[in-house]
Amino acid sequence: MSHLKNLTLKVWRQSGPADAGRFETHEVAEISDEASFLELLDVLNEQLISENKEAVVFDHDCREGICGTCSLMINGVAHGPQRATTTCQLHMRSFKSNDTIVVEPWRAAAFPIIKDLMVDRSPFDRIIESGGYITAVTGGAPDGNLIAVPKPVSDAAMDSAQCIGCGACVAACPNGAASLFTGAKIAHLNRLPQGQPERYQRTEAMVEKMDEYFGSCTNHGECSAACPKEISVDVIALMNKDYRASKFKSRKEISRD
Amino acid sequence: MTYTFDAKIPAGALTDKWDNYKQNAKLVNPNNKRKFKIIVVGTGLAGASAAATLAELGYQVDAFTFHDSPRRAHSIAAQGGINAAKNYQGDGDSVNRLFTDTIKGGDFRSREANVHRLAQVSVDIIDQMVAQGVPFAREYGGLLDNRSFGGAQVSRTFYARGQTGQQLLIGAYQQMARQVGLGGVRLFNRTELIDTVVVDGRCAGIVVRDLLTGEIQSHAAHAVVLATGGYGNVFFLSTNAMNCNVTAAWRAHRRGAMFANPCYTQIHPTCIPQADETQSKLTLMSESLRNDGRVWVPKSPTDNRPADQIPEAERDYYLERLYPSYGNLAPRDISSRAAKRLVDKGQGIGPLKNGVNLDFAAAIERLGLDVVKERYGNLFEMYERIAGEDPYKTPMRIYPATHYTMGGLWVDYELMTNIPGLYAAGEANFSDHGANRLGASALMQGLADGYFVLPSTISSGLAPLLGKTMPGIDHPAFKEAEQLAKDRFSGYLNTKGKRSPDWFHRELGKIIWDKCGMERTKEGLQQALADLPALYNEFQTDLRVTGTGETTNQTLEKAGRVDDFFQLGMAMCQDALTREESCGAHFRSEYQTPEGEAQRDDEKFCHVAAFEWTGDPMNPKRNVEELVFETAHLATRSYK
Repeated sequence: MSHLKNLTLKVWRQSGPADAGRFETHEVAEISDEASFLELLDVLNEQLISENKEAVVFDHDCREGICGTCSLMINGVAHGPQRATTTCQLHMRSFKSNDTIVVEPWRAAAFPIIKDLMVDRSPFDRIIESGGYITAVTGGAPDGNLIAVPKPVSDAAMDSAQCIGCGACVAACPNGAASLFTGAKIAHLNRLPQGQPERYQRTEAMVEKMDEYFGSCTNHGECSAACPKEISVDVIALMNKDYRASKFKSRKEISRD
Repeated sequence: MTYTFDAKIPAGALTDKWDNYKQNAKLVNPNNKRKFKIIVVGTGLAGASAAATLAELGYQVDAFTFHDSPRRAHSIAAQGGINAAKNYQGDGDSVNRLFTDTIKGGDFRSREANVHRLAQVSVDIIDQMVAQGVPFAREYGGLLDNRSFGGAQVSRTFYARGQTGQQLLIGAYQQMARQVGLGGVRLFNRTELIDTVVVDGRCAGIVVRDLLTGEIQSHAAHAVVLATGGYGNVFFLSTNAMNCNVTAAWRAHRRGAMFANPCYTQIHPTCIPQADETQSKLTLMSESLRNDGRVWVPKSPTDNRPADQIPEAERDYYLERLYPSYGNLAPRDISSRAAKRLVDKGQGIGPLKNGVNLDFAAAIERLGLDVVKERYGNLFEMYERIAGEDPYKTPMRIYPATHYTMGGLWVDYELMTNIPGLYAAGEANFSDHGANRLGASALMQGLADGYFVLPSTISSGLAPLLGKTMPGIDHPAFKEAEQLAKDRFSGYLNTKGKRSPDWFHRELGKIIWDKCGMERTKEGLQQALADLPALYNEFQTDLRVTGTGETTNQTLEKAGRVDDFFQLGMAMCQDALTREESCGAHFRSEYQTPEGEAQRDDEKFCHVAAFEWTGDPMNPKRNVEELVFETAHLATRSYK
């Protein structure tokens, strides 16, 4: 274990959605390289409280990389410099003494800033509510082994089901698109036999709900590069394929003149 | 006056009780269900599954979470798996065996009827989750795969890589999201419960605080379900998420709900040891790793060689040595204490000598790198990110940490607290795990409560209310609770002392961990009970909360939670002091066998201790529910 010294933090402060916001500069004299990035913010906040100042607001919870609550653009990169790592799992050994670190919230039109580094990601919930599920009312399920699911199918579904809904994909996207998030959920459910009955309805509803809030995808791929779970851009292709198919399959379309 | 508990255990043989209950339960007709409002607080496995199912049945459901999204709840972090008595492996499993393992694992301090029901509904959970699209691990033939877990000799654990909790929670969240979309559930996010309201002895609703605006609001309902998780964060350092807290349960307790067995807190044997002084939480490494990992320390305390240079003969595989039949899969409490003893003796490893080795070299040799990668790949990566070492090459360093709390709100067979209309589900209640929970049983219990138990039991409490007028939010009891809540938060802001809530939390955690952690003594607990009121007094006079109460203020949120942790901590220590025996995770040094195992005292302590709020956190009233074992044989737990 060693210690980093003299870190300069340029942190985004914004008192509320209506405030214009600005950067504030703070110094942290020393921190262990075993500390996580959020523990650096904890130390900063303790310092601010001791100076009778308001602590920096940021979303965080599990601090083990799975709940998806933490966010942060660190030096302009979603979740910071380490690949496949959430901010809470980023450790100070990725930085060195005398570094200046710029800390900002997710910046996306669909994620308005609430305060300081905290944003509103509830459009993700609206997308799931529109169709990101398999209708299976409690109590009526057949035996778990009734339908065999080929292992590669199950594994591929799991690969995209790993999405933690953190929003890094949106923050990294120059268009503020949510195709990786929506595509991951569609790929998870549409690949499984249990997901087939609602496949095209689901895809149509989710894509159209997504378009109400988010920008359009132009296949940049920044989303996948920023994704802490390394979800592949392939899910976007699958989503687009199923969305196109849904327009042929959907009764709404068929009944149109 | 002694309180008499009615656990409402149904009549009949143990195996028939749940069927008998359902047959005789009062129902609410489908057209009338929509006339009832049910509040569900918490959206983890228990809360989300309850909200979804109750809405499907036709009740009006209001769901509350302090997170930005219901999908964040800490159930998401469970790694290893979920137990179910499916016997898909044909290795001798059955509902009865799961029941027996759970009762024995809990060291005979849980209620037989509840545990048996849990084992019964476990099989339905798997079916339900598969139907929802949870991508459980599968064999090449396409059928579901299982693995084994501590405290069991069969393979009954279903898993989704090392992210089982995540996949199950997302399943339950999606099912609830569907109901939000359909209008069956109204969702209140970033909203924290501050108080429960009781009118004429019945729960009438809740008071909440909007975490974005600080606004205090009331919500009335016919029934309130608290699915608000456990209180492990009282230790400050635990594997719980940062926001896990006891406030909802504790505020209900202050309104009259009994708090049962607060001293039953589980220490998980396989967590990454603390690395430095600013550490904010500990990270668990799934217990499933013990399926293939071997736990050892160097035989000599002065042996500082790297692990791969220590020859076999100079290693102590202590779990295999002490517990040959269960070996590395000995239950959590037993494995944890064994690790603590060796570290205390100076045989610990790592820079701070505060861990033991969990070694995969033998597994890699036996199974090949690919199989180990397939089974544990993401856990290994996670370990490497945190500890900065590659577990494929160097053994993991692990040490026990607080992980789960078996104690919680006292509930009867219907999961109702002693306050009519107030229910508790999942980790928030005390009912199924006794003094120690077996691995992969928390997910099982959360989903059992939410999907299958509450939806069948809640109608009995609602049916008699049909046509009756319930107190609305203009009732004086709501107004009084709102005022109390406002005063409470302005009190924290106006204390204007010098110490932050986190500072107090850390100091509180040190006392609880030292004196009421893995091993407890009479002297230590008495010392804690002397130190806690002093520190609490300091908290009340020297707290500093900056900012205001009218906007997002995480320091203020934290102050409220730490306040409740203080009061809970006092109850924990009192419970641990009064329970003069060792059972499961509650280990009193004075009560152990010559081999150092927990020694129960069934004569005096075969009961649930349920604490009643008296207004003074240092003097709660201790009530007792006797535990009667009709089927399970009260035996000394042995894993040798």
